[in-house]
Amino acid sequence: MHHKTLGAVAAGLGLVAMSTLTACGSTDTKSAADSKTVTLVSHDSWAVSKDVLQDFEKQSGYKVRVLKDGDAGQAVNKAILTKDNPQGDVFFGVDNTLLSRALDNGLFQPYTAKGLDEVGAAYQLDKDKHRVTPVDYGDICVNYDKAYFSEHRLTPPQSFADLAKPQYKNLLVTENAATSSPGLGFLLGSAAQYGDGGWQGYWKKLKANGVKVVDGWEQAYSQEFSGSSGGKKAGGDRPLVVSYASSPPAEVVDATKRPSTAPTGVSYGTCFRQIEFAGLLGNARNPKGAKAFIDFLVSKEFQEDMPLNMYVYPVLKGAKVPAEFTEYGPAAQHPETMAPAAIAANRDQWVKSWTSLVLK
Amino acid sequence: MALPVAFFAVFFAWPVAAIVARGLKVDGAWQFGRIADVVTQPDIRHVLWFTTWQALASTALTLLLALPAAYVFARFDFPGRAVLRAVVTVPFVLPTVVAGSAFLALVGHHGLLDELWGVRLDTTVWAILLAHVFFNYAVVVRTVGGLWAQLDPRQEEAARMLGASPLHAWRKVTLPALAPAVAAAALMVFLFTFTSFGVVQILGGPTFSTLEVEIYRQTSEVFDLSTAAVLTLVQFAAVGAILVVHAWTVRRRESALRLVDAGTTARRPRGAGQWALLAGVLVTVALLLVLPLAVLVRRSLDAPGFGYYRALTDSDGGTFLVAPVDAVWTSLQYAVAATAIAVVVGSLAAAALARRDAGRLVRGFDALLMLPLGVSAVTVGFGFLIALDKPPLDLRQSWILVPLAQALVGVPFVVRTMLPVLRAVDARLREAAAVLGASPWRVWREVDLPLVRRALLVAAGFAFAVSLGEFGATVFIARPDNPTLPVAVARLLSRPGDLNYGQAMALSTILMVVCAAALLILERLRTDRTGEF
Amino acid sequence: MLLSLDAATVRLGGRAVLDAVDLGVAEHEVVCVLGPSGSGKSTLLRAVAGLQPLSCGRVLLDGRDQCGVPAHKRGVGLMFQDHQLFPQRDVGANVAFGPRMHGVPKGERDAEVGKLLELVGLPGAARRSVAALSGGEQQRVALARALAPRPRLLMLDEPLGQLDRSLRERLVVELRELFGRLGTTVLAVTHDQGEAFALADRVVVMRDGRIAQSGTPLEVWQRPADAFVARFLGFDNVVRATVVGEAADSPWGKLPVPEGTPQGGRTLLVRPAGVRLVPADAGLPCTVTARTFKGTHVAVRLQPADGPHLEAACALRDAPETGASVGVEFDAAEIVALD
Repeated sequence: MHHKTLGAVAAGLGLVAMSTLTACGSTDTKSAADSKTVTLVSHDSWAVSKDVLQDFEKQSGYKVRVLKDGDAGQAVNKAILTKDNPQGDVFFGVDNTLLSRALDNGLFQPYTAKGLDEVGAAYQLDKDKHRVTPVDYGDICVNYDKAYFSEHRLTPPQSFADLAKPQYKNLLVTENAATSSPGLGFLLGSAAQYGDGGWQGYWKKLKANGVKVVDGWEQAYSQEFSGSSGGKKAGGDRPLVVSYASSPPAEVVDATKRPSTAPTGVSYGTCFRQIEFAGLLGNARNPKGAKAFIDFLVSKEFQEDMPLNMYVYPVLKGAKVPAEFTEYGPAAQHPETMAPAAIAANRDQWVKSWTSLVLK
Repeated sequence: MALPVAFFAVFFAWPVAAIVARGLKVDGAWQFGRIADVVTQPDIRHVLWFTTWQALASTALTLLLALPAAYVFARFDFPGRAVLRAVVTVPFVLPTVVAGSAFLALVGHHGLLDELWGVRLDTTVWAILLAHVFFNYAVVVRTVGGLWAQLDPRQEEAARMLGASPLHAWRKVTLPALAPAVAAAALMVFLFTFTSFGVVQILGGPTFSTLEVEIYRQTSEVFDLSTAAVLTLVQFAAVGAILVVHAWTVRRRESALRLVDAGTTARRPRGAGQWALLAGVLVTVALLLVLPLAVLVRRSLDAPGFGYYRALTDSDGGTFLVAPVDAVWTSLQYAVAATAIAVVVGSLAAAALARRDAGRLVRGFDALLMLPLGVSAVTVGFGFLIALDKPPLDLRQSWILVPLAQALVGVPFVVRTMLPVLRAVDARLREAAAVLGASPWRVWREVDLPLVRRALLVAAGFAFAVSLGEFGATVFIARPDNPTLPVAVARLLSRPGDLNYGQAMALSTILMVVCAAALLILERLRTDRTGEF
Repeated sequence: MLLSLDAATVRLGGRAVLDAVDLGVAEHEVVCVLGPSGSGKSTLLRAVAGLQPLSCGRVLLDGRDQCGVPAHKRGVGLMFQDHQLFPQRDVGANVAFGPRMHGVPKGERDAEVGKLLELVGLPGAARRSVAALSGGEQQRVALARALAPRPRLLMLDEPLGQLDRSLRERLVVELRELFGRLGTTVLAVTHDQGEAFALADRVVVMRDGRIAQSGTPLEVWQRPADAFVARFLGFDNVVRATVVGEAADSPWGKLPVPEGTPQGGRTLLVRPAGVRLVPADAGLPCTVTARTFKGTHVAVRLQPADGPHLEAACALRDAPETGASVGVEFDAAEIVALD
């Protein structure tokens, strides 16, 4: 290629790039060093009501920019990979199953949020160092299709042990523990219930009882499960699914035509608690803004707005929960829990043996 | 040459090397011992074995089903041939999310087969194989059929005159001429299925995992970067080997063959046998390619009065910060930018490769250009994140990242389309212009450009369609406030509720129509020697 | 000299395709390079045009070294062997290409194109598509195109190579006449001696990248420099002989040689016209093995009892039948020593 040609073509490329740049200009990056902007890095499920966010912007004087970075696992992994030169100031969405990975990799710097005293002590898993602040929790539980069980005059299962019983043969669909966060939660719940030595025996029974494993929650819930609106559409034929305690309220709120009651129920003896945290990123360019935003996340206004946006429960004492939640999907009273350190120590090994036990 | 090399160095080699180094380098020392550790693990070996055999099986099945179609398209003239050619190409540029859900609607749970005969193929290897045929049918039809149409039928007739039976004449005359094209197509299909991601992810369930899926899991979910790096290297080696063989067969194919105008070799089918063959091909196309797409369209129309389509303009769904229909506009902008980049980089590379005095190194670059087709999108996506993080190349939050990633996939198509045409331009025509006083730049403008204009348009069209449908890398780097069409479809599919599902089907239908329209236009522009796609 | 080559050498793949060639072309001169294929004559043109860089030596135009001057700035024209007309342009646009590259305004260009097309015998053909032209017409368009930018040197590569014989013979005369009228300086290459002799003021015979002989057509024809040139010009009767006085001892027996022929071991050329057929009982006895009708005469191939075969030219009515036994006598005026 002749030099002149190259020059001309390079100029052409530049022109093309510039013309498109102006076409898309509104979405282009603003200076990240702008101290008037605070950048939130989160997962795809992040949602907040517009007016609530505007209130924060007005009161704090910061403009909020949101970078959604894939599902919860991907968002955490990307944040770890880019921690030397982070994409934002504050991260929301690391849960107790991934907490150790984030903390061990030094993703966050300590900050004690204003109003942390009003957050339930049970949720504060990094009490001593305050590297993360709890924001919400949820329960991963088996959901059942009410119509199926009344039609077949069958009591819905209530516990882990029930699921292995013959009357529930071929009814349960769950998610791959290696790829899906509810799938992993359900595995951890069973491990918490039966212990390090016992959960494998339990899963052998589940497998013999015809448990079906699919890759992701959306496939399990919206296609295989017979109780959800999507699953009905897709002809799902499994009346039991591993989902969330807050899924029944979602079926009511999100329906095209609001039903008189939730079409699904929760088996409360099968729950595993998931807690989500936010933290100040290590090399944040606007740490002051990030701190203000973390304070906002545990504020009453945000905590009460959150449930219907993200289908999670508030961690703030005294935050009001919407009626649909208390009616159709309250949080579990006695969920299974596990210390992040225990999860970190065992997760990879458990998932590996689970994979060869159940999938192969 | 300098620009394409720089482009690939900065936006491909560097990011991939960075992510591999992150996985394999501990305290500055390479841990090559990990390679042996990883590949001897039983589950990894199982993945390698499955990846290889499903790719072989998919390739064989695709050839079996598509070679008759290649013949029919090459030799028979029938009404609607051009439209049908475009139709069989639609799946190839369709995003895997859309195709996967279309296939699920056909062979999956309560799919058409299930309702009619109670047959379910999802989470079986058959669904994967059939979907691979669905995607790669066009590769064989276009690569082999394109050449077949240009083979001079008189050569076979000459063999007949010398006393050969029709089959014998075909075996001795046509098959040898066709063999390199068949080999090239088979290798391409093998490459695409060997690195299959979306299809296996959606249809395979958790049981089946290809190398590409495993890399994705190890990187994105398990966060075991060293295992991912080893697997990336393994896939790299395998893909490199495939590409070397492919480059070799392509060169053989470009060797002297007597080619004639494709328009002159087709005629109406004669006799019951030929009509039956034509009918068989049409039925295969209808069942395998058209039916899944038709199911998709039908589901998008389930709501009365185009309800799902009208819902696309609402922005208060919560799934998006913008109305889903805006994704169409975003997609088009990205695709235009990606096409511009791919065409400039691709034509410069093709021009350099077409030079008669191109050395071995440059020819090697030919194969290298194809590598992005065989490298995991998640590897590239993560690589972008950690490599392009410092000014002046802090592009992580820039919109241009998406077109750049899409252009990586588009460039090989541009090169493959342009190269044969450029090679066919007589070098002395350029010399004639030079001695008449044209500078090299003007030679290119006055001689090459008019001759390759159509090929350039075809290449641009392909790059456009490919970047419009690109999913793997885009989903990784596209911003949620600016989703592209495939990303929007995936996000709608991941939300419960029939409204979301219906909107996903509606958006998929729009995407399909745009791709089909682009392909129909290309079909009109098609020249005789526009490469292999 | 308008063009001088000074030890011009081109090596391709270790072989010297052009080997230290010295050549000059004066203004208004028409020089024809003649040689078999592979003798390096096309490379010579490409080197002058700037399409082929020299390995060593120099190309000078108007006394200026052309080293580093790209093809489009040399101001020479080159007409390619198979014309290489731009397929996507019409006749007029092909001819106008050169002037356009040189920035000639459109109006002037159009007038020039009209004039040139008239000159080459294709008036009013400007709007025709080049694909629709016959071989001869393409050749004329290529010529007009090469002439249009008014090159100081016009080079022709096998200008009439692909045309049929009658057209070739007519065009060669037209070209000669045209170049004479325009005063064009021409360097042409061809493998056809007839074409070269008809066209050129001077003929240069090349062999293996070197110049074997250079001179006017008559000089070359009458006195080929060596056996190679003689055989290339179509002379088959070339033998080694020992000259003593005015006779030479050859495989064909004693041959008479002209007065002043150098003495000793020589290569002799016997022109076919110098081989006279006589009754079988006189001269060298031969058998007629073939006869080829050449239009104006018949070429007769003769096999003597001993020695290599001979070719004779004789009038149609005198030509013997194949298989006939004849005698051969030689004419000293048609015998020349080549070295």
